[in-house]
Formats: sequence, C-alpha cells, structure tokens
Amino acid sequence: MTWALDHLGVIASLTWRHTLLAGIPLLLGLLVAIPLGWVAHRVPALAPVTIVGTGLLYTIPSLALFILMPLVLGTRILDPINVVVAMTVYTVALLVRTVVDGLRSVPADVDAAATAMGFGRFRRLWQVQLPLAIPVIAAGLRVAAVSNVSIVSIASLIGVAQLGSLLTDGYNRAIAGELLTGIVAALLLALVFDLVVVGTARLLTPWRSP
Amino acid sequence: MIASVWSWLTDPANWRGAGGISSRLGEHLGYSAVVILIAAAIAIPLGLWSGHSGRGRWLISAANAARAVPTIGLLFATSLWLGPHVTGDLAFTVPSILVLVLLAIPPILAGAYAGVEAVDPAVRDAARGMGLTGPQVLRKVEVPLALPLLVSGLRSAVLQVVATATIAAYVGLGGLGRYLIDGLASGRYAVMAGGAVLVSGLALVADLVMAALQRLAASPGLLPPGRRKRRSDRPDAGPDPPHGTTVDVPAGQDREGSRTHRR
Repeated sequence: MTWALDHLGVIASLTWRHTLLAGIPLLLGLLVAIPLGWVAHRVPALAPVTIVGTGLLYTIPSLALFILMPLVLGTRILDPINVVVAMTVYTVALLVRTVVDGLRSVPADVDAAATAMGFGRFRRLWQVQLPLAIPVIAAGLRVAAVSNVSIVSIASLIGVAQLGSLLTDGYNRAIAGELLTGIVAALLLALVFDLVVVGTARLLTPWRSP
Repeated sequence: MIASVWSWLTDPANWRGAGGISSRLGEHLGYSAVVILIAAAIAIPLGLWSGHSGRGRWLISAANAARAVPTIGLLFATSLWLGPHVTGDLAFTVPSILVLVLLAIPPILAGAYAGVEAVDPAVRDAARGMGLTGPQVLRKVEVPLALPLLVSGLRSAVLQVVATATIAAYVGLGGLGRYLIDGLASGRYAVMAGGAVLVSGLALVADLVMAALQRLAASPGLLPPGRRKRRSDRPDAGPDPPHGTTVDVPAGQDREGSRTHRR
C-alpha cells in the first residue's frame, strides 16, 4: 500500500500506456473482424476457413508472437508497435467467430423485412444486422477486452513498458508491494475495460430492457 | 534476419546435448504433461460432481473470475513467496508447476461442468426411469455425453500450459522458453526467434492433437446421421434425425468460453 502511494505518478503513466496497448488493438481488431465475419456469414463456404484460420493464430503463445513480430513487420524488438499488432491479431482471432455468431443471431424475418423495404446489403448490415448483433458481439468483446489487458502485461518481458513492468521490476528487485500493486492495477484495469464494453453496449441498444 | 533464425534452427549442434533443442522440447512436454495430469485429477471430478449435483456452481464462477489475474503476476508472486522455502533445483520448478496447475484448472473445470450441465434433462430422466442410480447416470450417460466439451476444456488448458510454461522460463523453469528468455537477455535475436518458432509449432501441434481427440470424444450416437455408422440390425437404424440432443462440437468450439486468459 505504501509502495503504491509513493509511486502514484509512475502507476498513472504505466496505466495509460497499458490502456493504449490493450485498447487500440481491441478497436482495430473489431474493425478487422466485422468485415471478415460478414464475408464468412454471407459466403458460408468461407466460414470454416476463416474461423479455423484465425483460431490457429490464437494458438501462438503471446511471448513467441511478440518476439516474432519484428520478423514480419521489420520493426525493432523494443518497438511497442509489435505489441499492438500482436494484440490485434489475438483480438481478430477471438472476434471473427463472435461476429459470425452475432450475425447469425439476427432473425431471418427481420432481415427479410429490411430487404423488402428496399435496404441494400450494406445499409442492411449497418442499420439492421449489426445493431441486432450487438449483444452477442459485446459478449465476445468483453472476453477479448479482459484477455487483452491480461496478455499485454507479458510485453514487459521484452521491455515494452506498461503495468506489467511493475510485475517484472517487483520480482527482479523482490519488492512485494510493487508486485502486488501491479497485479491489483491490472485487475482493476480489466474491470474498467469490462464495464466500458458493457456500458457502451447498453447505450447502443436502448430498446433492450435494462 | 530470417536467414539467421533458419540457420540457428537447422544447425544440428543446436539440437544435441543438455541445453539442446531436443532436451528442451522434452522438458517442455514433460512439464506440460505432469501439469495437465495433476490439474485434470483435481478439476474433472469437481466439474463432473458440480454439473451432476447442480451444487458448487460458485466454484466455476470463482475459477473464471480468477483468470483475469495476469499470469506473470501470479507466476512472479508465487516464486517470490515459495522460492525461499524450497531448496535446490526444486526452487525453480515447484512454484512454476504450482502456478501452471492453478492456470490449467479453470478451463478443465468449466469444460467438465458445462458438458454435464448441457445434457438434456429428458435423457437424464429416461436413464433414471430405466432404474439407473445417481452414480450410474453420471458414469453411463452424463460422462459420455459430456466428453466433447470436457475434452474442449482440456484443449484450452493444454494451450494455456504450453504458453505459460514458456513464460515460466523467466523464473527459472527449463523447456523451450529458455531460448526466448536467454536469447533476450544476451541480445541474440536468432536464438529467441528460433525458440519462438519452436514454441509456436509445439502449441499448434498440441492444439491439432487435442482437436482430433475432441472429435473422437463425440459419442457415435451424437454424430449427425451422415457421419453415424449404420447398424442394419437395429430396428431404428435409418436416416432419422437425432432428437434435439445433438451436441456436434466443431473444431474450436468453446474458444471464447474456456480459453482466454492464458499466458
């Protein structure tokens, strides 16, 4: 407790970095997963390929993926871009399946009604299918958000600073207070991410009873 | 850069000896197998019991919530606290193994519980109506029907353990993670990237093996009619659709549910 109180400035800046490293990939991943999921939904033959393909990416252990990123991107090992791209890959892997499930959850008659009203396929996606798929997509996003916050900590092993740095530094210098602060801060941040996703989903679906 | 990684991977000298790739791979597999066995021995009975009796559901929720704890935090805290109390080489292995077991339990528990919980109540009632006792219902009906989801939970646990065992090299565990951590410490990118390729390959192969097991685990009666073996001597054999209890588990099922906060 005293350790945390004495280092509030450090904790705040690491928390902000952690938020960016976990949050930006969450948004990028969603942006990539929606078109991929939509294509997989429209062309059922592509669905297994897309879902299994992205699923295989998810099997790569995070530390290995962080280290392999410079080979793929041509970046330096300490570059935070490696972490952002790797986390985006994981987010896409988790969300493509969710987007497909979400689009499948849209009742067929609603979709047919929109078509009958003259909606084209993009307007239907944007104004009918996606809004109705929000609850399912949000459920997947919650999992991805909490998992991202947890995985980003590991980037401190390759020297990218965020809350995980409190864990590595606390361990290396045997400062229990710092280690504990890191764990609690990461847990709280995961909770905040979760609440933001749940809150945004509520705001976007006002027709669902609270 | 790719060329140097490739030459490190293909140099036979790197594969032999005490710190060679072959022995590191063996260590990695050994730790993972021991951890999964211990975790399964704890989590499968608990999950089956909870699903069967409907009691102890808080266990599942608690285990799931615990997954939000960053794995390296758990790993470091345990090594810091336990390390001084264990002597010799065990000081490096025991804390890591303990954490790996803790991390493997939630997905297995969730899989076993969800499998039994998802059994159609009508099937359970029919088994009871035939005179089966509680334990018999569990053994002869619920467990076979729960098997695909149970194996799916094991699959998540295997991935989690293979990935986290890599990270545990930071607190002194052997295995392939040594290349990533030692390569990093000595600034040799070829070594760490080579190790990363090996670990990724291992994770991929392990996942494929578990996916195959998951398919095998599906009881023949649960397969869609086309994939079911026809038995002509059975009066009801024929292309009748299964009645609502089909649990066809495609590869990657339950990803969101049970395999998230690994690493």
